[in-house]
Amino acid sequence: MIEDIRRCTDEARERVAGAQTVDSVRAVESDALGKRGTLSGFKKRLGTLSEAERREVGRELNDAMAAVRAAVEARRAELEAGERRARLRGERVDLTEVRPGRDAGHLHLVTQVIEELEDVFVGLGFTVAEGPEVEDDWHNFTALNFGEHHPAREMQDTFFVGLGSPREVVMRTHTSPVQIRVMEQQAPPIYSVMPGRVYRNEATDATHLAVFHQLECLVVDRGITFGHLAGTIDMFTKAFFGAGFSSRLRPSYFPFTEPSAEFDIQRPDGSWLELGGSGMVHPNVLRNCGIDPEEWSGFAFGFGLDRLAATRHGVGDLRELASTDIRFLEQF
Amino acid sequence: MKVLLSWLRELAALDADPERIRQALDDLGTPVEDMARLGEGWDGIVTAKVVDLRPHPNADRIQLVDVDTGGDALQICCGAFNMAVGDVVPLATVGTTMPGGMRIERRKLRGEWSNGMLCSTRELGLGDEHGGIRILDGQLPVGVPLAEALGVEPDVLYDLEVNPNRPDAMSVAGIARDLAAHFGVPFTPPSPSPPVGGAPAADAVTVEVLDPDACGRFGAWVLRGVDVAARSPEWVQRRLTASGMRPINALVDISNYVMLELGQPNHPYDLAKVRGGGLRVRRARDGETLVTLDGVERTLTADDLLICDATDAPVGIAGVMGGASSEIDERTTEVLLEMAWFLPSSVSRTSRRLGLRSEASARFEKGCDPEVVPLAAARFCELAAQICGATTAPGAVDVRGDLPDRSPVRVRTGRVNALLGTALTVDDVRARLEPIGFACTPAGDAPGDLDVVVPPFRYDATSEIDVVEEVARHCGYRNIPVRELSKPRRGLLTVRQKERRAVRRLLMGLGLAEVLPLPFLAPGDLERCGLDPRGIELVNPMAAEESVLRTSLLPGMVKAVALNAARRSTGVRLFEIGHVFLPPPGGQVLPDEREHLGVVLAGQAATAAVEVWQVLAEGVRASAPSVVNAEVPGLHPTRAARLLVEGRSVGVAGEIDPGVLGAHGVDDRVAWLEVDLGALLDGPRRSDAYRPVSRFPSSDVDLAFEVPDEVSAFDVERTLAAASDLVWSVRLFDVYRAAPVAEGARSLAYAVRFQAPDRTLTDAEVAEARQALIDAVVRTYPATLRA
Repeated sequence: MIEDIRRCTDEARERVAGAQTVDSVRAVESDALGKRGTLSGFKKRLGTLSEAERREVGRELNDAMAAVRAAVEARRAELEAGERRARLRGERVDLTEVRPGRDAGHLHLVTQVIEELEDVFVGLGFTVAEGPEVEDDWHNFTALNFGEHHPAREMQDTFFVGLGSPREVVMRTHTSPVQIRVMEQQAPPIYSVMPGRVYRNEATDATHLAVFHQLECLVVDRGITFGHLAGTIDMFTKAFFGAGFSSRLRPSYFPFTEPSAEFDIQRPDGSWLELGGSGMVHPNVLRNCGIDPEEWSGFAFGFGLDRLAATRHGVGDLRELASTDIRFLEQF
Repeated sequence: MKVLLSWLRELAALDADPERIRQALDDLGTPVEDMARLGEGWDGIVTAKVVDLRPHPNADRIQLVDVDTGGDALQICCGAFNMAVGDVVPLATVGTTMPGGMRIERRKLRGEWSNGMLCSTRELGLGDEHGGIRILDGQLPVGVPLAEALGVEPDVLYDLEVNPNRPDAMSVAGIARDLAAHFGVPFTPPSPSPPVGGAPAADAVTVEVLDPDACGRFGAWVLRGVDVAARSPEWVQRRLTASGMRPINALVDISNYVMLELGQPNHPYDLAKVRGGGLRVRRARDGETLVTLDGVERTLTADDLLICDATDAPVGIAGVMGGASSEIDERTTEVLLEMAWFLPSSVSRTSRRLGLRSEASARFEKGCDPEVVPLAAARFCELAAQICGATTAPGAVDVRGDLPDRSPVRVRTGRVNALLGTALTVDDVRARLEPIGFACTPAGDAPGDLDVVVPPFRYDATSEIDVVEEVARHCGYRNIPVRELSKPRRGLLTVRQKERRAVRRLLMGLGLAEVLPLPFLAPGDLERCGLDPRGIELVNPMAAEESVLRTSLLPGMVKAVALNAARRSTGVRLFEIGHVFLPPPGGQVLPDEREHLGVVLAGQAATAAVEVWQVLAEGVRASAPSVVNAEVPGLHPTRAARLLVEGRSVGVAGEIDPGVLGAHGVDDRVAWLEVDLGALLDGPRRSDAYRPVSRFPSSDVDLAFEVPDEVSAFDVERTLAAASDLVWSVRLFDVYRAAPVAEGARSLAYAVRFQAPDRTLTDAEVAEARQALIDAVVRTYPATLRA
């Protein structure tokens, strides 16, 4: 009987090894191990044997069934893996063919600079203020201590708007009128920055625009000094440009600040960039806004944004900033 | 303002090197825009006398010049024709390397040898003049090195930027004074002593000032025996040229020299031509005319200040330009010299109105020093004596009008420190001010207070803050202690600012690119876009194409699409957030200025614009946003809608009118969305309270209705949503137009999800709710349920 078991076992293992489909493996399994299977048949005949024979043949039979079961499982796993491989091979996709239906969109590079600067100043404890682009003479000039005959009021610099009395309404020539609006609306302490679009009636070329952007910074509080102006400019410089940058102030003149200063930024390579104007808020300006200059003092500084935005990306001609050509816009 | 270092050193004992002086000028607020080293690179340039001039046999534009350099005559080929035989000229000999780096070689020009090069002013680095060869003083020895002949030490020319608050920096003396104070060295202005003789000036001339408020001082000096043919010496010419002025003749040169040195403009008249032997200062009469020195007839107004002769005939426009009638000419022997102080605003108005800007008017406009007048006159007379042999008549006729108030300004040391963040003592403050002429005396009552008399050469300085700036300037900005803002503060963006950023990100996410086109339009742009043609206009536009303020973002964006289409970039998706300018609301002067959002989608139908609106409205949680089909100017008449938030219009969406597109050369469909961003963001918002999500299964039902085209799909959707409390959501998932649906109608298919927060709905409940929805739609609209 042991001989028969071994023959059946060998036969089953042979068939399993030769099976080419999961179904034929299942057929072998059924033929050998199923209820009416060849090996299962030996089990029924064990009862006819002696105690000693039964023990010996039983052990042989158990080993044989386990061996066939293992061979079936192994072959089935092998065949299933092969089928899965074949199916997945058929699902092949070339992922380098993929192109988005549309791109991620683009913020204008001036917007990017404005938002970045706003974030820097918000981090330094400032709020962001805004104002209209069409202004009256009071906010754009008079309240800012521009004398009646100041050259900046002359036709060549200012776009006058056909509203109100002659020369009463202008395209704002700087963001400084927003200072006045903030001080008129809000009692000190004031810590604000004012980004925005400004207008100058000047011929445009690669380095000059008639319509451009500025950011202005205004602080009015008790005990604000020229030293704070220098310190704040320096802090802004490092926060925006990087730790390797520094700043300096040079005496200058603006009607709405005194003492006034130009400020320059020094790059890590030692070269200088003339950035903007600054100074202590002129007492007349504070008074014009109903703020007592004996109690409060303040500083302001401002600079153009377009050149910053352009040089950062190596855009040589500032006029490109107004371009609506998608080939320009999609680069930023 | 151009200033020579040698001239500065004549007035101040500056021993610092040129680079340190440049640094000081920057630090003092007179920044050096350009610094040129003169008289360097003159090795090999010698004086030469022209001995013969001959035409070049083979060239018209070159002549042959024989020059004597003290030995053999040399033939030079020269392209300039301004010299005569006997002139002394600079010659760059063979082997010379010019200041610009060019090397002079012996070479043939059209077959004739040239043994060097005759030099222009510019080639010598002495100025900008390049119209001809520099003609030197005829008395100079020939064949000697140019620097030696001219007595020129190598010099430095600074070109300074002068701010309006620095009238003193419009003269060599003023700059020297500031530098002397900075370096702590003595400042020594000239102390001229001209020869005096003959009848007193007061016997020869009269002066009448009829307008003392615009003419603060008017002095007249008389010079006799003036040799007007004399040439000013080389050093005068050199300084004038370097300073950007052209030498003319001795008298004019002296006049300019004194103005440059002391900042005092002045005017010499031919006394013989001044009728009545006197001058009178008065306002012009409207329409009065005068021929100025440049030969142009000027028409004046009552705002202009005139200098007239004693017969009341105009002889000059005060501070701006002299008249032709009393000009110095070759027969002049007696000169009446005017040195005056005019009100800056008066000179400024007149010179601007006439478009006549001169070195004199530039100085008067900033404010001259009324007290330098006698010194400047003496300097003029001294130079006129040296150069023209003139004798000065004793005395002067010197009339004073109204001059700026010079009462002391109270300056508090505490205030200085409070504004600058310094810890200066009262003595420190004085030490900064006195060297630049601000006289300080302790003010009696409070320690630390000073009464400061502003010097007459600082017309700009009138108040304490002006003096504080001077202290800061002479402390040096770099020496003021830097401090950080210390108080903790809340830095914030406003809700509006944050939401504007969110809107930008949202549009970016839809694959749009932001543009910032110019906000100015050409006349007709609005009309061409089908919009109300009236826009606010600029009074003085740069160009007509940029003369109207936009009332909508549409024209700019249509142009953007057209530009891209013309460059074969189709399907562009752009957005802009920018201001538009509507007519001022009643009673106001400023326009109704609004912030708009514009979205343009080239090659896309109206629906694409509505999709953007829906994402936008959802993104900002607008309350009850809706879309109402409507005719909108500029848009396709049957593919346009108004966008509402709680029934209030905040914008429009649709397709741009094909006619408008055609006018811009665009033949594709273009979707357009324009939203009043302020109205949207200031408008009502959907509640942001949490709507609990049920744990129980929902029931989904699809309902399709046949609805006439006139009924808005959005309205049907709203009716469905409101018909039962069990509705969780309604979604339009299909629109179908074709048989068996009737002509003029379409099938709208909605997916409705029913949901109760607290239970699973029974079949009966769902059926009841479904019927309620059907009833509501059929009752409200001429619609039928489709099987």
